[in-house]
Amino acid sequence: MTSIDVTLTEVAASLVLVAIAVAVSRWRRADLEQDLAVAVLRSFVQLTAVGYVIQAIFDSDSLLLVVALLVGMVAFGTFTARARAKGVPNAFGPIALALTVAAVTTLGLVVALGVFEAKPRFLVPVGGMVIGNAMTAAAVALNRLADEVGGARAAIEATLSLGATSRQAASAAVTRSLRSGMITLIDSTKTTGIVFFPGAMTGMLVAGADPLDAVRLQLILLWSLLGSVSLSALIATGLGYRGFFTSAHQLRDAGPR
Amino acid sequence: MRIPDGASALLGPSGSGKSSLLRLLNRLSDPDLGTVHFKGDDVRSLDVLGLRRRAVLVPQLPAPLPGTVADNVRYGPSLFEREADVNSCLGRAGLARTYADRDAGELSVGEQQRVMLARALALEPEVLLLDEPTSALDEVARDGVERTLIELAQAGVAMVLVTHDRGQAVRVASEVLELREGHVVA
Repeated sequence: MTSIDVTLTEVAASLVLVAIAVAVSRWRRADLEQDLAVAVLRSFVQLTAVGYVIQAIFDSDSLLLVVALLVGMVAFGTFTARARAKGVPNAFGPIALALTVAAVTTLGLVVALGVFEAKPRFLVPVGGMVIGNAMTAAAVALNRLADEVGGARAAIEATLSLGATSRQAASAAVTRSLRSGMITLIDSTKTTGIVFFPGAMTGMLVAGADPLDAVRLQLILLWSLLGSVSLSALIATGLGYRGFFTSAHQLRDAGPR
Repeated sequence: MRIPDGASALLGPSGSGKSSLLRLLNRLSDPDLGTVHFKGDDVRSLDVLGLRRRAVLVPQLPAPLPGTVADNVRYGPSLFEREADVNSCLGRAGLARTYADRDAGELSVGEQQRVMLARALALEPEVLLLDEPTSALDEVARDGVERTLIELAQAGVAMVLVTHDRGQAVRVASEVLELREGHVVA
């Protein structure tokens, strides 16, 4: 096991780079100084708080606390994705289910396959990554679904008029939305290591780990995320499309966005 | 109001509720008040997918599915695990057999509207619901599609034609109902 000490002085020193961002914003009148201040403050408070929470969970070594934390992440992720995908009626249930299934399946599989031990120090960070990526995928896919359905109302109703079910009428839109929810991670997985170093690998390298270990861990994470993101987008779109239809296979009137 | 058998036309200016009425007949929408009956049955008591196969709506603007003309004609019957006689449907809609393998998306609007007709006929519906089927067409295409509608009506195909064109209503339909502000006036 490797570990490093990071002092608050070192953290404070990195504020010099934030100062550059502030200077750029001032010089080009981008009016981002206040946002930068909020961002720095929030990241400090949020990460410090979560650091103490994780420390407490690690110290207690209680899987129950891990589950409670993951449930909290799923709940927060669901609300966030719901707010981002406003155009989809009744999206809360599909998003909650998407994030839950993505988290449970992914974590369950990596533990069952012996990739990680069922310990807080693995489950918490990996769970956070899985749920965060699943949330983004669900939100992106559902946003796209709202655009697809909104732009193809006439075609969808024409298909319904031939006796198609709402599932059949929406299937092209659902497929395109699923793709858009998955494609970002697939693309970044393709370019990983060339254009950017992913976070986990960077962290391990900085912490002094063997580069090959860092790479292997990163591969495990990236490949696991592909699975969880696809599950999330699949469930979110596969159930989310129903919000646009009545039980009588009628396309609902376009509501306020 | 009662729409008789055979070929009927609903005539009225835009905003008079003709298209909305048509959508009630195949339950693309439900009315806020009142009931809609199809051949004596409340449409809400019928299987909605079966109803839409019996009363097929042809939209105002053609909405072809991706693929060839034949793919479009086969789509409706395929939902019910049935085969379509593509050539016969094309012929009844006034399209030559050579259209079958053409990309439906690349046809003119007038040709696409005929594909919509062929696609609807492939379901062998009891009634065609036609929502201003010629309003998006130029004069030549409009006359051609209208002639096809007259032929279908004469061949005994039941239809409800929604139009704002009184001349067309009279030429195609044997019964003309006039709507104004959501009410039947004649």
